[in-house]
Amino acid sequence: MATHDSFDAIIAGAGHNGLTAACYLARAGLRVLVVEKNDWIGGAAVSRSLYEGWTYSNCSYVCSLLRREIVRDLDLPRFGLQVIPYEGGATFTKGGDYFAYYSDHDALRREIARHEPRDVDAYDRFSRTVIRQCRFIRPFLLRNAPDPTSLKARDLQELLFLVKRAHGLGARELAETMRFWTMSIGDFLDEHFHSPLIKAHLAGSGIIGTGLGVYSPGTAYVLLHHYMGDVDGAIGAWGFARGGMGAISKALGDCLTEAGGVIRTGAGVDRFLVKDGRVKGVALDNGDVFFAPVVASNMDVKRTFLEHTDRKHLPEDFLRGVERFKIRGSSAKLNIALDAMPSFPAAPEGAPFLKGDLHASTSLEELERAYDDWKEGRWSREPYFDMLIPSQIDPTMAPPGKHMMTVFVQYAPYDLEKSGVRSGSHWDDAARTALAECVFDKIEQAAPDIRSRVVHAEIRTPLDIEREVGLTEGNIFQGELTFDQLLFNRPVPGWANYATPVEGMFLVGSSAHPGGGVMAAPGANAAREILRRGAKRAARAA
Amino acid sequence: MDARVQTRPAAVPIGLIPTPFQSRLEALSRAKSWVNWAGYISPAVLDTVEFEYFAIRNQATLYDISPMHKYRIRGTDAGAMLNRLVTRDVRKVHLGRVSYVLWCDEDGKLIDDGTLFRLGLDDWRLCCQEPMAGWLDDAAWGFDVTVTDESHTVAGLALQGPTSFAVLQAAGLGTARALKPFDIQEFEPGLQISRTGFTGDLGYELWTSWARACALWDRLWQAGAGQLRAIGFEAMNIARIEAGFIAARSDFQPANTAIRLGRGRSPIELGFSRMVDFAKGHFNGRRALLRDKPQYSLVRLDVGGFKPADGALIYHRRKKEVGHVTSGVWSPTAKRNIALAELRAPFGADVADDLWAEIYVNAEGTWERRLERVTVQTQPFFRNDRARATPPGLF
Repeated sequence: MATHDSFDAIIAGAGHNGLTAACYLARAGLRVLVVEKNDWIGGAAVSRSLYEGWTYSNCSYVCSLLRREIVRDLDLPRFGLQVIPYEGGATFTKGGDYFAYYSDHDALRREIARHEPRDVDAYDRFSRTVIRQCRFIRPFLLRNAPDPTSLKARDLQELLFLVKRAHGLGARELAETMRFWTMSIGDFLDEHFHSPLIKAHLAGSGIIGTGLGVYSPGTAYVLLHHYMGDVDGAIGAWGFARGGMGAISKALGDCLTEAGGVIRTGAGVDRFLVKDGRVKGVALDNGDVFFAPVVASNMDVKRTFLEHTDRKHLPEDFLRGVERFKIRGSSAKLNIALDAMPSFPAAPEGAPFLKGDLHASTSLEELERAYDDWKEGRWSREPYFDMLIPSQIDPTMAPPGKHMMTVFVQYAPYDLEKSGVRSGSHWDDAARTALAECVFDKIEQAAPDIRSRVVHAEIRTPLDIEREVGLTEGNIFQGELTFDQLLFNRPVPGWANYATPVEGMFLVGSSAHPGGGVMAAPGANAAREILRRGAKRAARAA
Repeated sequence: MDARVQTRPAAVPIGLIPTPFQSRLEALSRAKSWVNWAGYISPAVLDTVEFEYFAIRNQATLYDISPMHKYRIRGTDAGAMLNRLVTRDVRKVHLGRVSYVLWCDEDGKLIDDGTLFRLGLDDWRLCCQEPMAGWLDDAAWGFDVTVTDESHTVAGLALQGPTSFAVLQAAGLGTARALKPFDIQEFEPGLQISRTGFTGDLGYELWTSWARACALWDRLWQAGAGQLRAIGFEAMNIARIEAGFIAARSDFQPANTAIRLGRGRSPIELGFSRMVDFAKGHFNGRRALLRDKPQYSLVRLDVGGFKPADGALIYHRRKKEVGHVTSGVWSPTAKRNIALAELRAPFGADVADDLWAEIYVNAEGTWERRLERVTVQTQPFFRNDRARATPPGLF
């Protein structure tokens, strides 16, 4: 491959945010290089074929947050991206019952009434509040975080935007917003609902990917974070990327290539090269060196600065901020090839909700106990799972009549406890298998024949996710989505605008505002910031 | 009975009547939402527009197209008669091929568009929206042809979507693999399959007699085994706008039905210059098409924002009204706000910038007016290689 040894911009890491930033930069006319340590692109948005005939979305597995403005800007459908919504979902009980979430509103009302008539209109009020809050947040996703500590014209402008939006909400809704950003999802659901099962079904979105329990403050925001996306304008709806989540990365990669960008896989960044406070380029772990005046890291903030940048180039307070940035592994993943559709004896024949997200955690107390295990360094004895069988909808994932199942598991600690010592190195094959058995036991609550349907399973612990994807501790959001590290505090107070203390060096990953999920907003925002600064520099030079 | 009345005439049914697939559709209908298609009961939605739409682009779908008008044209002069009727040169349509055709009145205004199937050397079938028996009979004057109305005897099913061939194969019709786009062939006695459709995706249309229609439905349904979805008009309509296909009475007014003067549009005004063959000899409307300068142009628009622009007026420089959207929808596959619009010349063709759509949005009881910039597109909004691949893929 013909390569230049110097570029206008280098992106370290071909995750979806790195690729998004690269696309915007390349389209603006910059010569862009993306380097990736794996032999494939995508980071945590990948489609992998690990068992003949089956495709796994083996990290991220559903799509909603991907900003439609970015999809449109980059024309991703032209590069083959198709996002297909799924309908419904269900939580199965131990006693052979279930609560089903129907996309048909009338069916949903009847189903809620079957469990608890008082929760029918409570649900309408709950979703009104959630969507209202989502509509408030959404415009901030593709903007820089407003920083009340700065007096720069641009920050004041962002702040004014926030104040205007907040003023538009009125006093009561603003109070609700503040509550939402700080309270627990458990408390919020307790305010609305009576049925423990319905509460448990709705609580999942408040803890997914997060090292917090349903009664931990801050989890209500995590629920919002999962609801603020959309599929074709349906806020809160989720879908599959046809062909797996790798279809998103593939479309971004093709878009980048068309725009003249270069992607090099198989060698990751060993060191960011810094001289006199300015970034100079990157040295790869295979010995290659590339130079550019702009270098952006798609790695999380901890990995970028604690592992690949010489400390001496960084101010002490910034380093302290990076060190205390919370990025804790809390989830595991099972990707399973099935020789047939498992049976769900509680569900009626052909139930549409089986095509959606399936769970078996039946109360907030059970979910809180699952979190207690994690705090102690164990995986949950009764884990929460978010399980889907996308091959029911997407014909590309498994051979006809066979199925692919993705099981997101929570909680699983990164630093597993063993004889009083906590360490990631305790994740050996025995521990991995024991975790999977525990998950299968819980899945049997919904699908008793699950074990007999399995032809292949990939088990991914937080350590596996860290090793393969590079996410510190296997945290899927590149840092917890708690209020203390959101907005102008993300990732480090004073450095929320994608720039870093090293001149010319930027963060484009989910460690930056507005955070995790396959959203592409950090990448797009960072590219805008890089171009804005570049334009300024060019104006000064002229 | 009154002694003067010997036999009472068979009264025509009042209201909508069933197509041969109605029993199957009725059983599947959750939405109970029907529309009138040429007097037949036709589903607007069976379950959910959204999921029916995505089945077209992701799996496979069945749509009852039996209400289409179908005319069989046979005889030694059939080709010559059709060549006089339509604007394309049908001599180029070989046996076993299908052609998209348009036909005009003497003013060069479009009467209707449709698909023309060459079933034999002197044996053709024309499928279209509007009733055409009288017009075809007139057109046949002096030619050695017979025109038979098959509208109520030939049933049609559109099987569309990326897994549509996989469904055919599972139904024992794997030999349809050889069909290229716009091919038609009889695969079993009384069952013709054409690789045609209104979605721009991989897809087929199956043609059989009314009597055997339900058996065909059941055979496909079984083969689809839960991966096949029956759909209604609304989902199909989104797909056809994405594919850039025009619909009678939306994107043009059939010249024989428009009461007001000046409502007819020529094929050239509708963007089909490539399908008007002035070199082939005389055809109906040719003189007018050569004489008249196009007054309008039907264009594909990429509309700003996310709110569908159906019916929106189009302005130049935000002030001067220059046309309107004839079909507008949010495209769930292209993730764009798309529209077909009729613009007065020279807008759309020679003047294509600084165009705006005026969109009214009812935001929970409050009307908002939005001016969104529109960009004229030359390509269809949906294009996918799988639609053209032969042999077709399984997904």
